Amino acid sequence: MKNILVIAEHDHATLKTATLNTVSAAQSIGGEIHMLVAGNHCAGAAAASAKIPGIAKVLQVDAGHYAHHLAEDLAVLIAGLAKDYSHVLAPATTFGKNLMPRVAALLDVTQLSDIVGVESADTFVRPIYAGSLLATVQCSAPVKVITVRSTAFAAAASEGGTALIETVPAAAPLDVARFAGQELTQSERPELTAARIVISGGRGMGSGEDFKLLEDIADQLGAAVGASRAAVDAGFAPNDYQIGQTGKIIAPELYIAVGISGAIQHLAGMKDSKIIVAINKDEEAPIFQIADYGIAGDLFKVLPELFAELDKLPPA
Amino acid sequence: MKILVTVKRVADYNVKVYPKADGSGVEIANVKMSMNPFDEIAVEEAVRLKESGKATEIIAASIGVSPCQEVLRTALAMGADRAILVETGAAPEPLMVAKLLKALVEREQPDLVILGKQAIDDDCNQTGQMLAALLGWGQGAFASKLTIPGGQEIEVTREIDGGLETLMLKLPAVVTADLRLNEPRYVKLPNIIKAKKKLLTTLSPGDLDVVLATQLTTLKVTEPPKREAGIKVADAAELVAKLRNDAKVI
Ligand SMILES: Cc1cc2nc3c(=O)[nH]c(=O)nc-3n(C[C@H](O)[C@H](O)[C@H](O)COP(=O)(O)OP(=O)(O)OC[C@H]3O[C@@H](n4cnc5c(N)ncnc54)[C@H](O)[C@@H]3O)c2cc1C
Ligand SMILES: Nc1ncnc2c1ncn2[C@@H]1O[C@H](COP(=O)(O)O)[C@@H](O)[C@H]1O
Repeated sequence: MKNILVIAEHDHATLKTATLNTVSAAQSIGGEIHMLVAGNHCAGAAAASAKIPGIAKVLQVDAGHYAHHLAEDLAVLIAGLAKDYSHVLAPATTFGKNLMPRVAALLDVTQLSDIVGVESADTFVRPIYAGSLLATVQCSAPVKVITVRSTAFAAAASEGGTALIETVPAAAPLDVARFAGQELTQSERPELTAARIVISGGRGMGSGEDFKLLEDIADQLGAAVGASRAAVDAGFAPNDYQIGQTGKIIAPELYIAVGISGAIQHLAGMKDSKIIVAINKDEEAPIFQIADYGIAGDLFKVLPELFAELDKLPPA
Repeated sequence: MKILVTVKRVADYNVKVYPKADGSGVEIANVKMSMNPFDEIAVEEAVRLKESGKATEIIAASIGVSPCQEVLRTALAMGADRAILVETGAAPEPLMVAKLLKALVEREQPDLVILGKQAIDDDCNQTGQMLAALLGWGQGAFASKLTIPGGQEIEVTREIDGGLETLMLKLPAVVTADLRLNEPRYVKLPNIIKAKKKLLTTLSPGDLDVVLATQLTTLKVTEPPKREAGIKVADAAELVAKLRNDAKVI
């Protein structure tokens, strides 16, 4: 039986946590797992990969043209390696979603996006129609190229392994795309997809300034801040705050939705949260149908009260 | 500059869909169908490029059953110049769509192909990236801004998990439209009437020398477990008490 290749998402020095969830999906398929770390001076990320228990081998590739993870260049490299593998997996993040279809097309195989379950080595479960349905699909492709929804698989352990690191040569650059800059959202708060608690605001917040009400509570709780599409479109919050069908998919222990109506496209991104709280002035808002605890009231009254209550709360 | 833009016919984003009674697929008979919302954004962007003098011709393409003509007519009413339907049975897998589009690209020689980032039925988010790979072109996936400084390159700002990223792509190139690229216009009645006279060509996969194949079989479609509504609490004090003592999450 052939091995499984997991594509690491990393910033050259460290691994992104979604990589660990992807490893755990690979483990549920079964078989020897190798990890590809392609970047520029990415020894740090390769060393972190080698420590993951269950990884048999790390392939490290360093080249200037992998510095910005351009899909055009990475896909050529991965397609060249993939022939030796039965499965190639990456996280269903914007990194993986940009890259893996390109890999699949170069291999002339279909691709499976956003799997949430592994039934067998060729059969997988994935959400369709904004998560309102689940499809079980069987894939006959000789190489299964897959992106993994991280909320559906627990993160694999990150310490204890001692995999071999092998250096692999880079593929030639394709020279059709060039990195020209980035504008990353700076935040001291935990990353949205990794946070234990998330508080999100919707159109009901009324303005970007009023997001401050959420941020203050987020800081009390050590939470991340998210947003609905309407709030992002209105400019209340940056695009990378968007939760939903086409934004981030999260499943924190506690999700607090404030001034969010609960459209299916929003629920698609948070309905697997353990506890859901909704604060909305409209008693009939659909968000209440999935909330464990709801407050029907004006958020401009409720949020300051919530802040005050949390302030009084003794440490757990 | 010539632009090819793709439009998929999907169940309208406002309707709730159900599994077929035998669980073999999705029940879409009698469901309201519309243009995939991301494709409206793609068409809008192409039309704006034409209005600003950057583009000269816009061709809209759809792949699927004969009623896909409706979404092509909508694209024509928005401002596309002509349309091509590649008639197949139910919409094929993204890899097959990408192969058919590649053949169309070879026929029509566009400088830019704009697709939606994702079809809201299959939620695959694959076709644009696959097409770019098959053509060996650069890809600007999940675009929220697009500028064409000269005639050789295109600047694409992409929505990524950490924020925004900007790429320069050599032309010809593939772009997939994200939600914030633009706000699609409403189609006006006179334009709907005008669109009826625009050219809509129908081709078969055979005309494009593409043999359709499938590598995915849907074994079953189910509804995910339903989440039950909980309780309403009176105020913030009660909420905090519940979260601390019952749910134990704070
Ligand atoms: C293709 C497509 C993809 C999409 N993807 C996403 C996605 O990824 N994520 C996403 O979120 N959406 C997405 N949407 C949009 C989605 O359909 C909804 O339009 C959006 O989620 C609505 O955002 P909202 O709940 O903030 O706004 P609204 O629906 O306008 O709701 C605002 C809510 O705030 C409440 N409110 C107002 N004032 C107050 C107050 N003072 N106090 C308390 N409550 C108040 C109102 O009662 C209302 O319920 C997508 C749509 C399409 C078509
Ligand atoms: N059958 C189709 N006909 C026309 N365009 C399509 C078709 N399938 C996919 N596309 C295009 O590819 C994009 C991404 O689709 P998908 O990869 O299926 O999520 C869509 O937004 C469309 O622009």
